[in-house]
Amino acid sequence: QEKLDMSTYPVESIRNFSIIAHVDHGKSTLADRLLEITGTISKTDRNKQVLDKLQVERERGITVKAQSASLFYSHEGINYLLNLIDTPGHVDFSYEVSRSLSACQGVILVVDANEGIQAQTVANFYLAFEAQLSIIPVINKIDLKNADPERVEKQIEKLFDIPTDECIRISAKQGTNVEKVLQKVVEKIPPPQCNTTDPLKALVFDSTFDHYRGVIANIALFGGEITRGQKIVSAHTKKRYEVNEVGILTPNEQPTHKLYAGQVGYLIAGMKEVTEAQIGDTLFLYKQPVEPLPGFKSAKPMVFAGMYPIDQTEYNNLKSALERLTLNDSSVTVHRDSSLALGAGWRLGFLGLLHMEVFNQRLEQEYNMSVILTAPTVPYKAVLSSAKLIKEYGRDQITIINPAQFPDKLSVSEYLEPTVLGTIVTPQEYIGKIITLCQDRRAVQKDMLYIDENRVMLKYLFPLNEIVVDFYDALKSLSSGYASFDYEDAGYQSADLIKMDILVNGNPVEELATIIHKDKAYAAGKILCERLKETIPRQLFEIAIQAAIGKKIIARETLKAYRKNVVAKCYGGDITRRMKLLKRQAEGKRLMRKIGNVEVPRDAFIRVLKRDTDK
Amino acid sequence: WPYCRKRCSYCNFNTYVVRAVDEAAVRACLVREAQTLLRLSQVYSVTSVFFGGGTPSLASPGTVAAVLEAVAGAAHLPAAAEVTLEANPSSASTSGLAGFRAAGVNRLSIGVQSLDDAELRMLGREHTAAEARQAVEAARGLFPGRTSIDLLFGLPGQSRDAWAQQLEAALRLCDDHISLYQLTLERGTALAAQVRGGALPAPSQDLLADMYETARNVLVAAGFRHYEVSNFARKGALSTHNLSYWRADEYIGVGPGAHGRFILRSEGGCSREARVQTLEPITWMQEVQSQGHGTRSRVVLNPLEQLEELLTLGLRTDEGITHERWEHFSPQLSLQDVFGEPGEARALQQEGWLVLDSGGLRCTWAGLAVLDSLLPDLLWQLQRA
Repeated sequence: QEKLDMSTYPVESIRNFSIIAHVDHGKSTLADRLLEITGTISKTDRNKQVLDKLQVERERGITVKAQSASLFYSHEGINYLLNLIDTPGHVDFSYEVSRSLSACQGVILVVDANEGIQAQTVANFYLAFEAQLSIIPVINKIDLKNADPERVEKQIEKLFDIPTDECIRISAKQGTNVEKVLQKVVEKIPPPQCNTTDPLKALVFDSTFDHYRGVIANIALFGGEITRGQKIVSAHTKKRYEVNEVGILTPNEQPTHKLYAGQVGYLIAGMKEVTEAQIGDTLFLYKQPVEPLPGFKSAKPMVFAGMYPIDQTEYNNLKSALERLTLNDSSVTVHRDSSLALGAGWRLGFLGLLHMEVFNQRLEQEYNMSVILTAPTVPYKAVLSSAKLIKEYGRDQITIINPAQFPDKLSVSEYLEPTVLGTIVTPQEYIGKIITLCQDRRAVQKDMLYIDENRVMLKYLFPLNEIVVDFYDALKSLSSGYASFDYEDAGYQSADLIKMDILVNGNPVEELATIIHKDKAYAAGKILCERLKETIPRQLFEIAIQAAIGKKIIARETLKAYRKNVVAKCYGGDITRRMKLLKRQAEGKRLMRKIGNVEVPRDAFIRVLKRDTDK
Repeated sequence: WPYCRKRCSYCNFNTYVVRAVDEAAVRACLVREAQTLLRLSQVYSVTSVFFGGGTPSLASPGTVAAVLEAVAGAAHLPAAAEVTLEANPSSASTSGLAGFRAAGVNRLSIGVQSLDDAELRMLGREHTAAEARQAVEAARGLFPGRTSIDLLFGLPGQSRDAWAQQLEAALRLCDDHISLYQLTLERGTALAAQVRGGALPAPSQDLLADMYETARNVLVAAGFRHYEVSNFARKGALSTHNLSYWRADEYIGVGPGAHGRFILRSEGGCSREARVQTLEPITWMQEVQSQGHGTRSRVVLNPLEQLEELLTLGLRTDEGITHERWEHFSPQLSLQDVFGEPGEARALQQEGWLVLDSGGLRCTWAGLAVLDSLLPDLLWQLQRA
């Protein structure tokens, strides 16, 4: 296969850009059109979300993994190399977005002509603005009936200080004015400022795992050049590799002889795991170290969930499925965990709720595994005051993931909970309800301003655990879907946390213990008790189900004893069915868990702990 | 007799409502099948015969006579054998009772169900309370001390007081045997659909428990012996036929959908089989005509399964399972061996639900009401032994 020669594209002819937008405003459709116009892919009806390779991406209409594509565009006699970096639109992936942007010099900011500016439009704009990138505003979906581009242009001017005449009105679906966008990219976005004579400095902005070829890293060159045979080093892991192959993405891999400063493409260098090519890492030549590119962070999980196989016999299958799935997703953290009721499993850390849902869906679709997901928890912290514990842990501040690890109040000088700064954009008629919702979630208002005559932007500081389960749903539901939400990590704050135990006839049930804020304990305890009451079968004696904090009982449900449990119906000699039923119950008794003298079916806990995925 | 004039709103038995019944043909098949099965089992003596259905009182006494004659011809049918007929209280049936007695019936079971007209309408019965009273009186005249009535409790919308009144009324009317059944809403019945759709309320578990307790206490106070979960008798008027179910004796089911438990000695076998006859009458008749009997399924019960049945059914009676009975099915392991050691049965005894002594294994008064909570544990203990 003939390799491309990339030396014919001098730095001045290169444009590195990204498309950023709020969810569903048309990023991926615009990417499809750009690929078509530049001949990178042929123009057919089947070009939909071409860059979204994962089934889950295509089904949910979202981009999960960033992909890039190199486009060749001829304008006024010059051949340009345009590197398009598609980014995930969702709030969970803002770190990936920021790393992708650091490889760019400009962005196309897409805004829906009807919806106008939404929470992620704002968040992504700020990311690009802080990175000092050129911003080309594009108003999309002008073909739809409710489009109001003029209103949106005014929003953009007011909020982002960009003159209205800079906006390009397009319909990505129909292709209207898309060519103008390309021209603007060439005209307005500056070429990268870098030199091929400098030592090699490459940014890793994504990686995937291929079973035959190993890790494929997406890189952007900030200096120097890279070719097969060179020896390179990772700034983060310090490991050394030899380059096997380099190339560009169109959007499929096309090997090239070399890649030069300012260019974007891929690299294969004998890395075995994606953790060896982490997003934001810097690669340089062996013996020629460079200052690592700023902004590198290890993936920080924000939401945890327990994951267990439906049956312990499936443990090994799930284990290998998880291993393979995480090969391609280094931002999921995995810890082995076990629960008395659910058996051996894992505690997984995700970047957010969507990340977790997508992961779960991929497990089902790509590996055919159904699992039990227990309620997500967040990483609380405790500042220890007990000398004994400090010695045991080796430090004075610990992260608590499992309620069983919760240190007692006496040994702790302060408990901390993670917080986020949330941005809500909503039509004004829902402000009242939304404020109430936020207050209900222990959030503190930080800002409130009118974007235009109709729309308000609210900023609230939320404890993370208050939004990880169903905040988004509640917000959407009380605003008829019009409100949008985005959030970013805002550090930790002091919190009145307690451990809430669930007792059955006085015996604690370990796997139902939760760490919760004092103010929310009663409500949560009541729900848990009610749910447990519904799932435990009646027995020959009364069963007391209680929620407790230490010795204090805060909620209680009672399950009355059976006073009559015998079939008093006319048989007519047909006992076969009855025998089957009774024998099944006898089998079931074997699988019961005994808590004190109470028999509890194993799936009682599952049903109580399971996330409510269906509303 | 698998035919009825109409289907009651709660019934899910194997019964059919047809315009015309070829009684002669059905009769011939019943006779033929009875002869065939008796020969297969080589039963020596028949202790009881039960005519059920459907509505057996819709058949003519001639059919009853023919079947009894066939039984007497294939085995020994002593004069003292109990011969029961199930009857509906509608006026036509009552006048025919004498005919049935002449044909050989010596016990009658009347499907009263309720003595309240509104309840009877909800149940889809085709008689009134007044007609039921007349039928019972007529039956008591012809079969004194050997008339039984069926009663239902736990009807949708039935209150505790209404039930108490029913019991009073029933006591004034009844003979010496009452079968008390809790109404179960079976899937596919009209009544179940009404309750599910919300047109009628479903009774709560507590209410049902109360009604059952009340009935037990009231009937016992009136001199009845609560000898099985659903059956009460005074002056020794226990139903021989039903007792044979609960004692795991052998019984042969004849007719569409009938159930049986017996040993095929004629083929040299010695295993107890669970048998069911073909459900649909026309198909059943074809099979009987071509093969002598219309047995749809036969399953050999292994020793453990036989013991499980004995345990499940035996505990439903007040006498429980005697050591002798148990040994018949379990010569190696006695009741003491299985249930006497520390384990589930011992725990249940300590809590007052069960008794294991020289008389055998049985439930206490309280234990009988929650038998289904005790059985899974006991079955598991049995399986382990």
